[in-house]
Amino acid sequence: MERVRLVHGNGGRFSHELTERFILKYFTNDLLAPLHDGAQFPVTAGRMAFSTDSYVVQPAFFPGGNIGKLAVCGTVNDLAMNGAVPQYLSCGLILEEGLAFEELDEILRTMAEMAKAANIQIVTGDTKVVKKGEVDKIYINTAGIGMIPDGIDIGPHRVKAGMDIILSGAIGDHSIAVMGQRFGLDLSDSLKTDCAPLNKMVHAVLDKVGSQVALLRDPTRGGLGTVLKEIADQSQVGIKVEETAIPVHDEVQSVCDILGYDPLYLANEGKVVLVVEPEITDQVLQVLHGFEEGKEAVLIGKTLDKNIGKVGLQTAIGGVRLVDLLGEDQVPRIC
Amino acid sequence: MCLAVPARLIAVNDAIGTVELTGATRDCSLLLVPEAKVGDWLLVHAGFAVQIVDEEEAQKTLEAFKELEELEEAYFAGKAEHS
Amino acid sequence: MKKLTLQEKQNTADTLLKRINALHEPGETVRLMEVCGTHTVSIFREGLRQLLPSGIELVSGPGCPVCVTDQTYMDKALAYAEREDTIIATFGDMLKVPGSYSSLSEAQTKGAHIHVIYTPLEVIELSKKHPEKKIVFLAIGFETTIAVICATVKAVHEAGLKNVFFLVSHKLVPPALRALLDRQEGHIDGFILPGHVSVIIGEEPYGFLPEEYGIPSCIAGFDGLEILSAIANILEQRKTGNIVVGNTYHSVVMQKGNPVAQAMMKEVYDICDDAWRGIGIIPNSGLALKDKYAAYDAERALPIELEKPSLDPKGCQCGRVLQGLIKPSECPLFGKSCTADHPVGACMVSVEGSCAAWYKYGYSSGGSTWED
Repeated sequence: MERVRLVHGNGGRFSHELTERFILKYFTNDLLAPLHDGAQFPVTAGRMAFSTDSYVVQPAFFPGGNIGKLAVCGTVNDLAMNGAVPQYLSCGLILEEGLAFEELDEILRTMAEMAKAANIQIVTGDTKVVKKGEVDKIYINTAGIGMIPDGIDIGPHRVKAGMDIILSGAIGDHSIAVMGQRFGLDLSDSLKTDCAPLNKMVHAVLDKVGSQVALLRDPTRGGLGTVLKEIADQSQVGIKVEETAIPVHDEVQSVCDILGYDPLYLANEGKVVLVVEPEITDQVLQVLHGFEEGKEAVLIGKTLDKNIGKVGLQTAIGGVRLVDLLGEDQVPRIC
Repeated sequence: MCLAVPARLIAVNDAIGTVELTGATRDCSLLLVPEAKVGDWLLVHAGFAVQIVDEEEAQKTLEAFKELEELEEAYFAGKAEHS
Repeated sequence: MKKLTLQEKQNTADTLLKRINALHEPGETVRLMEVCGTHTVSIFREGLRQLLPSGIELVSGPGCPVCVTDQTYMDKALAYAEREDTIIATFGDMLKVPGSYSSLSEAQTKGAHIHVIYTPLEVIELSKKHPEKKIVFLAIGFETTIAVICATVKAVHEAGLKNVFFLVSHKLVPPALRALLDRQEGHIDGFILPGHVSVIIGEEPYGFLPEEYGIPSCIAGFDGLEILSAIANILEQRKTGNIVVGNTYHSVVMQKGNPVAQAMMKEVYDICDDAWRGIGIIPNSGLALKDKYAAYDAERALPIELEKPSLDPKGCQCGRVLQGLIKPSECPLFGKSCTADHPVGACMVSVEGSCAAWYKYGYSSGGSTWED
């Protein structure tokens, strides 16, 4: 089996070979084609969003996806959360010596597929190879830019009391799919990462009622609990959500029960929290329900003008539990 | 102080059982419940079944809860009639 | 198994709360101790406190194995962790517990081999995978966990493994309840008894509560409704004067518990006095491996001398919190030098520790009050 060697990162003939055999096999567009030191493109007037993220997931392949899928969707979604239409993406690869060519091929193929789905072009990139053991198979950094349409202003400053909080679907699928393999759990095939580009769905909402959308957040690391608490803090509002309204797939809940995890703090890679004017809630839900990624979208709560900085979760039996930021990582426990 | 979850026993191989939770299966030791048989619900703690769930009792608890509710309804309905 | 629908749950909760209100004399203070840390967490997560009449006070007890584990034990675990030839196998709960000078997670950043496991049986795989290493398993826990560790000791013995050792610090619940009552410092009107410990030991070992102390108690499951129904049961005992060991968790708690597990515990362990963090020695509250299994006892087979004396953290009131004598917020360190991110005492470390629960669901969420 052919594998990545240190020489594939030395900038010479082997590097060229790697670029041609793998990178250019999947990433092809006019801006990348010159293989210059960077991409050149015209810009239009207006506001732009710029975002970057590094991906170091272990294992690199997991049910429903791989690190390449995360690397494209993650940055695309960060742009979308700014209200921007994603346009261009960079791709920095750090490869471990010994990575099998077929694994590299599969990761790049997935990246290309996701970029196409998200309608974003990968226009510049870089590849380094490091010694065995210095990274785990492959780390990826992507940075992306996108244009924010006129009339769209998304941010914590827009959130006021009396707004509705909508969640685009069930929480925790990604975390459980990635780590469920550990601890001897044999997960059913129905448990997959929720990783997906959300920009088309988000812009379908913004195109319709964008001026009345105050905030978009993707509850990735830290989970829904952390995002809600951050919104309450940053926007100086109280938040009340209904625990029973928050969708959690049965499979995720049962793995949580056995390991002692709380789904509120599990990572998601294809979900969005929308804070909107209550008049548009029905319309927003209708648009979200038209997308595969949003078919379980639901109203989960409201912002309040009291309990500032606090998040109260109304439980099934009528109590209120206060929600904090994620602290230490969750580990399986006996108690 | 001790997390434990109910799961159904779907296969037995000597003292090791396979239990099914929604969405996942895993191995579980049957050393502490030697009389467990396929189809039983087991209470699982740290990879061991520690008890066989008495389904009849579980059902009774649920029904007791429901009865409680009906009694209450009857009580309040009665009150409404009298007032 | 069937479950209640959301509507049925809400209705049942309403009914139970009405009953609790009817059984509670207005103006009367009733202090109920939930012995088990899992109950403490459930009570917070379901938001139970503010649903109860204001005279009913829920006090957290000593039922968090990590919290009651003595400082010397942690120091020994850390001394083993420092050995190049040793792998520590542990439940995730123990990682952050501070010893006198360090914690396992800190040792891990310095290169100690620490392996978090879900089931103790994983020590067998670890032993086979690393025959050149010594595997030291941190055997903590109450009766529920003791049962599974007993079975593991036997399995290790039967497999003829020579490199697996147990550092034992088990704790027994009934002697601890007796000690709390004998000290007579805090007033307790009733005990919500731990459901899963009772799965193993049954109802009988709690018989001294009604018989010798005349104090009502009830074994409870872990969801909000089960806890409410145990509270109603205790209040009913108070009202009727018919004091017993109640049980509202019949689906898994049999009167005699799990006899197979009990027999195994007797076969593997002897009962001994044991030190509880912040509380001190409680007679007959611990376990030691029988001589037959001495080869697997870390302390006997791999003796270790602590270089420095064990020190309890200065000012930490864990011991008083664990006995229900003060609320976590009454400890001078709470929320100041002792926080979830930088814990001083064990009760702030464990997910189930009462300080951690008060902190997470109260203090750091912006205060414990919620305005409706």
